Amino acid sequence: MSVNPLEVPEVTEPYQPRSGQRHSGFLTEPFHLGTTPSATVGPYLAIGLTWPDGAWAAAEGTEGGIWLRGRVFDGAGEIVPDAMVETWQADPDGGFPSPEDPRGAASYPGFRGYARAQTVTGEYEIFTLKPGRVPDGEGGLQAPHIDVSVFARGILDRVVIRIYFADEAAANAEDVVLRGLSDEQRRTLVAEKTDDGYRFDVHLQGDDETVFFAV
Amino acid sequence: MTGTTSESRLILPRYLREPPEKRTPVGFPNYRSTALRAPLRTPVDLPHRLTEVTGPVLGEDRITAADADLTLRNGGEAVGQRILVYGRVLDSDGRAVPDALVEVWQANAAGRYRHVVDTFPGPLDPHFDGLGRVVTDSLGRYEFMTIKPGAYPWGNHHNAWRPAHIHFSLFGRAFTQRLVTQMYFPGDPLFGQDPIYNSIPDEARDRTISRFSLERTQDNWALAFEWNIVLRGREQTPFETQDDGDVA
Repeated sequence: MSVNPLEVPEVTEPYQPRSGQRHSGFLTEPFHLGTTPSATVGPYLAIGLTWPDGAWAAAEGTEGGIWLRGRVFDGAGEIVPDAMVETWQADPDGGFPSPEDPRGAASYPGFRGYARAQTVTGEYEIFTLKPGRVPDGEGGLQAPHIDVSVFARGILDRVVIRIYFADEAAANAEDVVLRGLSDEQRRTLVAEKTDDGYRFDVHLQGDDETVFFAV
Repeated sequence: MTGTTSESRLILPRYLREPPEKRTPVGFPNYRSTALRAPLRTPVDLPHRLTEVTGPVLGEDRITAADADLTLRNGGEAVGQRILVYGRVLDSDGRAVPDALVEVWQANAAGRYRHVVDTFPGPLDPHFDGLGRVVTDSLGRYEFMTIKPGAYPWGNHHNAWRPAHIHFSLFGRAFTQRLVTQMYFPGDPLFGQDPIYNSIPDEARDRTISRFSLERTQDNWALAFEWNIVLRGREQTPFETQDDGDVA
């Protein structure tokens, strides 16, 4: 018996591509795997997350290096001694040592851009370079800033801050993120000048609660 | 390139965020330590700009081959059930995350951490320090050999015990993708009373539980558990290229 190529099985429903099917040329809805939920770092983070070179976002002795120091306070005003503070920032020319930068990865001598420090002594300290201004993507420039994540026992997901600098008033006034905040909120994100760098305290709760960001 | 002149508009990816009902909240009343530590005010939305869509490159130079085997430390073998833990690190859009640093830490077989703060009278093991580090391969795969961690009491409430878990810390490619989390084991009877596990919304809890793998279980040597980790992916435009599956 010959097969008639036009004798197709009865179709009862119009064809629907499976959602998220790759290489189909089109998608009915975005392909999406559920992201893994966060959990607290717990009290023993020092076992897994201590790096001998953690504090050095810039190599020791790098010209123009600054120390960024500060404390983390809880809602009772007590110092949190088991937190970890991580920083990520641009180099002094506004570049990032990251291939994800659409302008290309920058390479600034001695600069890693990333640091992590624990608060075991009562404060964190990070050696870095003051970041340059970075385009805001809309034709303007952001004020110099450092992105910060704070992790600790009793915090189930990292909290995110941007540190700005007290001696950059003009740039801060133009910054697209700061401009969206009240004066009172802005103050919680500004690091004060010290002899060898800047100081920035984090207040997890309380009247001075730091402005945290949802990224 | 310089950051001192404004450049024209940049095309930056936006990283997807799960809705609140699928994300771990920053605080959870039954986990008592969150009461004074979890921020109380609503966080301010931060659009993803250059600092948020970039991230450090941390790879092979941070690890040694020995970091992937937690069962051999200090010149001897750790006590406990050997397990192989393996899986893939992916974006939520299904792309592998290659060359990514994965840091893990855990209690020993008795449920004791090698840390001054841990006073639980479970014995320390001279051949177990509980620290592992690996880097994902070109397909986002990772694996390490360890011993199954014990459960341990922690004083959150009367007779509170943490289910056995391994802490994971991951960097993706971008600041937005940073993740610190905990991997659990299937069928743990301690799930019901653990506020850290139960702080994760119902719909997302299963994502933290590894799967027993007979395929990778090593005859006469070690059990295997598979756990895939999904980091936040990029928002997609409603079309894709034909060549590599990446969105334009």
